[in-house]
Amino acid sequence: MSDTASAVAPPLPSVADKLKFYGLWLVTAAVLVLLPYVFGSGGSLTTFCLIGISIIFSLSYNILLGQTGMLSFGHAVYYGLGGFLVIHAINIIGANKLPIPLPIVPLIGGLTGLLFAALLGWVSTQRSGTAFAMISLGVAELIASSALILRTFFGGEAGVSANRTKLLKVFGWSFGPQIQIYYLVAAWTLIAVVAMYALTRTPLGRMCNAVRDNPERVQFVGYNPHTVRYIAFCFAGFFAGIAGALAAINFEIANSAYLGAAQSGTVLFAAYIGGIGFFIGPIVGAIFVTFLSLGLSDLTQVWQLYFGLIFMVVVLFAPGGITGLLMMHRPLIRAGTLLKVLPSYLFALAPTLAMIAGLVGTIETIVHYTVNPGDDSHIKAFGVGFDAASPLVWGLSAVLLIGGYAVARTTWRWIGRAWSEATTLARDKGGAA
Amino acid sequence: MIELIVISTLNGVLFGMLLFLMASGLTLIFSMMGVLNFAHASFYMLGAFFGFQVSRWLGFWPALVIAPVLAGAIGAGVERFGLRRVHRNGHVAELLFTFGLAFVIEEIVQIIWGKSPVDFRVPPLLDFPAFTVFSTNYPAYKMFMLLVSIAIFAGLLIVLKKTRIGLIVQAALTHPHMVAHLGHNVGRIFMLVFGVGTALAAVAGVIAGPALVTQSNMAGLLGPILFVVVVVGGLGSLPGAFIASLLIGLVQTFAVSMNGSLAGAFGPLGPDYASTWLADIWGVTIAQIAPIMPYVLLVLILIFRPIGLLGTRDT
Repeated sequence: MSDTASAVAPPLPSVADKLKFYGLWLVTAAVLVLLPYVFGSGGSLTTFCLIGISIIFSLSYNILLGQTGMLSFGHAVYYGLGGFLVIHAINIIGANKLPIPLPIVPLIGGLTGLLFAALLGWVSTQRSGTAFAMISLGVAELIASSALILRTFFGGEAGVSANRTKLLKVFGWSFGPQIQIYYLVAAWTLIAVVAMYALTRTPLGRMCNAVRDNPERVQFVGYNPHTVRYIAFCFAGFFAGIAGALAAINFEIANSAYLGAAQSGTVLFAAYIGGIGFFIGPIVGAIFVTFLSLGLSDLTQVWQLYFGLIFMVVVLFAPGGITGLLMMHRPLIRAGTLLKVLPSYLFALAPTLAMIAGLVGTIETIVHYTVNPGDDSHIKAFGVGFDAASPLVWGLSAVLLIGGYAVARTTWRWIGRAWSEATTLARDKGGAA
Repeated sequence: MIELIVISTLNGVLFGMLLFLMASGLTLIFSMMGVLNFAHASFYMLGAFFGFQVSRWLGFWPALVIAPVLAGAIGAGVERFGLRRVHRNGHVAELLFTFGLAFVIEEIVQIIWGKSPVDFRVPPLLDFPAFTVFSTNYPAYKMFMLLVSIAIFAGLLIVLKKTRIGLIVQAALTHPHMVAHLGHNVGRIFMLVFGVGTALAAVAGVIAGPALVTQSNMAGLLGPILFVVVVVGGLGSLPGAFIASLLIGLVQTFAVSMNGSLAGAFGPLGPDYASTWLADIWGVTIAQIAPIMPYVLLVLILIFRPIGLLGTRDT
């Protein structure tokens, strides 16, 4: 190795670092294997499957948004097409008794996603920024509307279904029971996550970051930003196809909702709420959003409204998402000044919760009067029963909302002050060290 | 045949002008703040629903004024308390904010007015056929819609080109810092433009409400087409948006009225596989693919002229 190369190259990781790194993946794999032994009920297995699919999908989305800086409103196209192709593939394989077992079928979905991303991507990635966002939306609408026209392939409104158990059996696994599907999804999730993590460490992954941050300089260095965006787009399409394939295998059906704007919106919500600045962000987001959509829909009628409000609050106040918020505290923990901030959090907690409770109360009473005005006014939301017609509830909601906001504003200011003190201290310590 | 052409041209121009009412506000907002308001079609929907509600209480004519003012006030509020805050996090955050807003507005509209269409009727004063072309009666209300959109188009043009306010707005488009140095409150200009832009969309909503269907999914149906218009016309170009609006209006209206299909054109000459696995493509009529025409146009424009018809800058 020449002198310059050895000077520029990062130091080789120590054995301890390597152990920590590979240990993390091994622990993850072990947790995935053991999870069904802890939460073995059918409901939790289904939830885990949904989370796994959502993780792959959100991470594939983050190749676009977080790593290459392309905001896509149409990522579900590749997810959906992967799903449809896999359903057809399962039917064809089952009918012709081809020697292809189910575990490698998701690869067909991935290749479908890759193929369509390669086809549509070259045109889409010609522009970046806002124009790309609008183009992705237009292309997605084109495919989603075509899906309703091409009924033979997409099955119209009803969709296409398949029987996943009719395929070649390996080791006696029929993939009928949910537990076997869980292990299939878990294995593919682990493979996809490792692959996508590895992708971020390649020169291509670094080039993607460069295109996101400063496309002009990328051109000076001799790369074509369009090509880099295109390749990133293809990778994102590939992994989205795998996610779609797993979803199709899980539900044994693919319909036009897979391709639609709602699906594209959900993955955007998941990735952004989790935090697009860190690799782990979309994973956190996928878990959070899946639990949220499963949990909220049981608790309240208008869960989508809350969903949208949470997203807007994240965009307004925490552009780094959940992970970004947590990671902000890392320098404070290192410097040991975290204790300076925590009391102000505790102070702010009560009035903020009161404000949220007031808001929820207000929304639920209004919903009662507009959506089902004729019904009994004793409604139940978030597990709490109350009388929407009683002035007490109205008054309490209003007081909590307005009073909570007034008090919370002051406590938020305290947080701000404590925060700047703690960071200044941390920086001073860091400078001394 | 001539009848079809005349009627389709009228309808196409009408739809195009409606699109332009929205696209003009969207373009002004985009060129000034660099943010594409994803919720723009939601303000169109708010206009339609406010118009419906106010016309129930006070009648259609007051609604024509009150509903856009209300929607514009909400728009200005969104700029002042939402977008201005998000602005420092960059354009992607702004776009995402309006995306979330569109989602929330749709949910709120569903909560208040329900998911099924509301009964928003043409005012009795305009409920008569304006003229008859061959055998088709052309409703007076549609002529009224056309007149309103043209009047607003002309008004916008005069304000932008001939008045002092227009001059400042134009200057703020390209040199916001210089305008601020000259003592103008750029923040207030932004808020004003956002308010006026959303109010224009709401006007389109009020006048389109009775003619089309006023339903909680109308923003979701029209929004993507609106974005196609601004991309095809060239982001930030007002004349481009005008041409693209008319183009898409005409293309879509003409496509709806045509019934041809490949099977019809080739008849018995069709290959064997045309009736089996290509049956969908072979049998689909032009009218059926009308909804996807704007998107096909978008892809074509992207292949042959990526910056849009009259676009000048690359975001």
